[in-house]
This record gives sequence, structure tokens and C-alpha cells, in this order.
Amino acid sequence: MPELLAAEGSIGEPAINISIFGVFVLITLVITFRASRNNKSAADYYAAGRNISPTQNGLAIAGDYLSAASFLGIAGAIAVYGYDGFLYSIGFLVAWLVALLLVAELMRNTARFTMADVLAFRMRQAPVRMAAAISTLVVSLFYLLAQMAGAGGLVTLLLGVSGDAAQAVVVTIVGALMIFYVLVGGMRGTTYVQVIKASLLIIGAFVMTVWVLGKYGFNLSSLLGGAQDNARAGVNVLAPGAQYGATGTSKLDFVSLGLALVLGTAGLPHVLMRFYTVPTAKDARRSVVWAIWLIGIFYLFSLVIGYGAGALVGADRILKAPGAVNAAAPLLAFELGGTALLGIISGVAFATILAVVAGLTITASASFAHDVYASVIKKGNVPPNGEVRVARVTAVVIGALSIALGILALQAGINIAFLVALAFAIAASANLPTILYTLFWRRFTTQGALWSIYGGLIACVGLIIFSPVVSGAPKNPTTGVSPSLFQNVDFHWFPLNNPGLVSIPLSFFLGWLGTKLSKEQPDELKSAELEVRAFTGIGAEKAVQH
Amino acid sequence: MSEPNERRLLSPEEYLAAQNSAEFVELKRRFRRFAFPMTVAFLVWYLLFVLLSTYAHDFMSTDVIGTINVGLIFGLLQFVSTFAITHLYVSHANRNTDPIADEMRNRLEHHEFARGDGTGTTEGASRA
Repeated sequence: MPELLAAEGSIGEPAINISIFGVFVLITLVITFRASRNNKSAADYYAAGRNISPTQNGLAIAGDYLSAASFLGIAGAIAVYGYDGFLYSIGFLVAWLVALLLVAELMRNTARFTMADVLAFRMRQAPVRMAAAISTLVVSLFYLLAQMAGAGGLVTLLLGVSGDAAQAVVVTIVGALMIFYVLVGGMRGTTYVQVIKASLLIIGAFVMTVWVLGKYGFNLSSLLGGAQDNARAGVNVLAPGAQYGATGTSKLDFVSLGLALVLGTAGLPHVLMRFYTVPTAKDARRSVVWAIWLIGIFYLFSLVIGYGAGALVGADRILKAPGAVNAAAPLLAFELGGTALLGIISGVAFATILAVVAGLTITASASFAHDVYASVIKKGNVPPNGEVRVARVTAVVIGALSIALGILALQAGINIAFLVALAFAIAASANLPTILYTLFWRRFTTQGALWSIYGGLIACVGLIIFSPVVSGAPKNPTTGVSPSLFQNVDFHWFPLNNPGLVSIPLSFFLGWLGTKLSKEQPDELKSAELEVRAFTGIGAEKAVQH
Repeated sequence: MSEPNERRLLSPEEYLAAQNSAEFVELKRRFRRFAFPMTVAFLVWYLLFVLLSTYAHDFMSTDVIGTINVGLIFGLLQFVSTFAITHLYVSHANRNTDPIADEMRNRLEHHEFARGDGTGTTEGASRA
């Protein structure tokens, strides 16, 4: 094992890893082709004809949500930092209650294809649609970037490919596959890919969890003891504070991250879009219930997997492996089941990235085609299927863009978990306040929506630019490299890595202020229509019959 | 695409009448009565957990059973409370809001709010 690491910078047998991934790609391609036969209308392409069952959709939501950052990132963070890694998974899970209680059903009842459908419903259409589309594109692109960079980072470890060029090739292959799924399969194909991936991921995590617990006589306490024995010197992985406890600023940073995580989920456009793929609001509710159980159970597994990796592999070996923290789960798989289990887990990890990027691409392209092209540019005068054609072209453009940016992010060494947390912070700042005001505050106006969306978006991205993430973080004394994006410059003045603590309340405040200061009266009739439709489901989009 | 026509089935006045009807007010009241306090409750509970984990290291590190400490138990309780609230919400919706919503949707489809005669009846609310 150590010899393999030293010799190739990878673990296990790359051929096995590649062939298991290949089998997954082949099966999903066949399913995507079969799914494409039913793709006729825009509702088919964007929303899978709205006849995905709640169980399937719950699995697909889990497949969409449990990205590589969740699977590899959280397990790794728990293995190395212990308790502080566990906090991520709690934030990611509790966030679903916001979606279940306040957002999912009401959005399903009132939207057609995108988030902007609801936000612009009772406002002046063009400006609000444009704002919602821009924030959808920004959030999706950050999320996409993280996944693509993650794909490149994984290959070094799992496929034995290293070097910038080889990693760029892998990112390109992942991007091309994703474009293919989205073009051919539309939302239905994407859904099936996510369902398969989620099932594989949860089964794989279950096997590893039972295996690890079995090694410790199904005694959680002795597993935790084992993890503490193999932790880095001076680190208590069982107590809070190993990652974020150092200074007052880092503590505040953690609170900020916690806020962004819990409020981000219900504002993520690709999550919202999944609610539109089921026949009714009640099915949207059922699918969120499925998703909460699946995601919650998965995070409980990842707690065991993380501490298991800490105990059986050891934090030092994880940090020295290529991919560092992200290598914890694959290294544990190799430790437990050798090349075979490693191959399966690697295949699942790739499948994860593929499924998530496909979901993001379809969301971003739907928003551009439906909101920007059809509604704002063409003012609703588009020929039949013109919108879907534009969506397909957009999917290719977004795919190509994310391949290019993914390669750049990879070579700049941007941290994946940071990009995902940033996407959550933007979603919580730019989208969630306007969603909640639109659904629950009758007097909310166009100006309030615009101030909240643009204010939240600009504040969030702006604060990131002037944070230690981009410049000026102190150099690591052992490596001499700063974790910032740009080395050797320092223009930061905002102390926190995550801006949520400032930008989320600011966006809520701007939405309120913009409404109070606006001269226009809210449209009473549209407001009544939105409210009655949201709560009763009258006039909601129906499932397509084939 | 024929959907936009279907969506215009009801007149704006019907929506307004429906919004002002007693049963819609009751539907909204029942929804808010559960969803709003519960949202405040789980957010406070979550933030309490985050703040304790950040600013009360010693308390959270206290061992309870073997190496299992207060922090880990609180963390696992977040999972338990999330599953429990999910279950409570679903049964609240099935019992208290769905019957009114279904009934109102049915009557809206038959344009029973068109002439303002929908405001007096609260069948759904009383049946639920």
C-alpha cells in the first residue's frame, strides 16, 4: 500500500476503477437514450413531463444534493478534523426543513420551469426575471466549478493519472458526458442518472459503515476512541474546535458558514427545479420527505466512515495522500476491501460528479432559455420548441464554459468545499429572502425583489473577493503556500471566509427597505392569484400524459 | 404549448374572492400556525448547537458514555429532531391543511367563487 502510493501517486488498480466507472456510464447512457424517446415538449425537457414518482424524485434529490463535496469532503473533514466536519453535515440536513415547511409545495404549485417563474409572478416581469436568472446562473456556475475541479482532483488519486494535461483531459471527458446526458435525456435522463447514482452511493456507504462498525464490535464509543488514537498530535477529533476553534475570527467564520448552510439549500435553483418534476404539490412534499430520510441516513453513515478513516487509515496518511482530505473515504475503502471495494467507491464518486453536473447544467440552461431568451428577449413570442432548442444550445455553452473554468480552477488549486459553501452563501443571500417575501408578504414589490436579489448577490460575491479566500491569508509555515487564490498579493479587508453572516441579513433588510421605499403599489389581483394557487394548487401545471 | 391558456381558466376576480373567503383564511392560518413557529424552533435549536459548538468547547467535550460526549449527542439529536419535525409536518398537512386545499381546489375548478357565492361556505374547514 505505501509502495503503491509512492510509486504512482494513486491507490488500487486504476484499470478496475476505470472499468467500474465505464460500466456505470454505459448503463446510464442506455437509460438516457430510452428516456429520450418521451422528450417532446418543454415540460418533458425541463421537468421530465412532471410524472416522476415521489420515491424516484426523493432519490434524485438525494443524488443531486450528495455531491462529491458531501461524500468525499465531509468524510474527509470528519477523519481529519473530527467534530467540526460533523457540523457540516448537520447544517446540510437541517436546511431541508426550510425547503419542506416553507418552499417546496408552494413553489411546485406556482412555477412552470424555473425559480424566476414564481419570483416574477406578481412583479414587473422583465427586471425580476432577469435578476432571478442572473442569480441562478451565478449560483449554478459556482456549484459546477466545484464539481468539475473535484473531478480533476479525484483522478490523480483514483485513476493514476497525474499532470495538468491528463487532469484537463478527464475534466473534458466528464464535461462532454454531462453535455450528452443533458442534450439527449433532458430532465428525465438526468433524473434517472441521479436515481441510480444515489442508490449506489447509499448502498456503498452502508456497506462501508457496517464494515467499519463490525471491526469495532458495533461499539461507537470504541470506534471514536480508535479515531482519537490515530489523530494528529495535539488534535482532539472528538471535541469541537479542531478546525475552527483557533481564534475569535475563525469562530465567527464558523457561525457564518453554519448560517449559509442552513439557509442555502432552499434557495438552490437546481434543488427547486427538482420539485417541478412530480405531478402534484403533495408529491413534492413526499419527495422531500424521502430526500430528508435518505440524506440524513447518508450523513450518519458518513460520520462512521469519517471516524473509521481516521481510526483505520490515520489522519497523517490521509493528509499525505494525493487529494489530501478528499482521499479519506477511498483510502478507507482500500483498507477494508482492497482494490475491489476501492474500485466500486471510486466509480460511485465519479458517478456522483457526473450526476450533479448534469442536474446543474439543465437548471442553468433552462433558466437562460426560459427566463432570459423566451421571456425577456422574445417577450414570450417563441415558436414551438424554439425555447427547448435554445436550452440545448445553452447547455452546450454552459458545459464548455464549465470545462474551461473547471480546468482553470483545478490548476489554480481552488478548494472544492469552499466553492460549494460559496454557492450556498450566494443562494441564501440572493434567492431565499425574495422567495420567502414573495410567498408570504403581500406588500412585497418589484423594487424590494430587485434590491434583495442584486444586493444579496453583489454583497456576497463582493465580500468573497475581499476576503482571505482570494488574497492575503497567512502562509502555511510548513509549505510556504497561502491558502488564498492569489499568492503574494493582499487586498483583503473582510476578515471572514464565508460572507453569509453579513450578506444574508443584509439581503433580507434590503428586500424590506426596497419595498417600504417603493412608490408602486403591489398588484393585488396577481398577488391574490399567486397566493390562492400556491396554497390550493388550482391551476398548477399538470403531469404530461404519454 | 397550450398550458398558458389553461392557467388563465380562472378570472382575477375569482382569485380575489377565493383569497378573501373564510376557508382560505382558515387554510392559511392553519399552515402558518404550524410552519412559522416550527421554523423558528428548529432554527433556534440549530443555531444554539452551532453556538455551543463554537463558544462552549468544554461543555460540549464532556464525556457521557465512554468517548461519546455532549456535543456528539447534541449533534445526533439534530438528526432526531429533523426526522421528527418532518413526520409532524406531514401529519399536520394531511390532517389539517390538505382537506381544505383539496376542497377549495375542487370548488375553484367548478368556478364556485365566480359570483362571490363562495365566501360564506366553509365546508372544507368544518369537515377537516
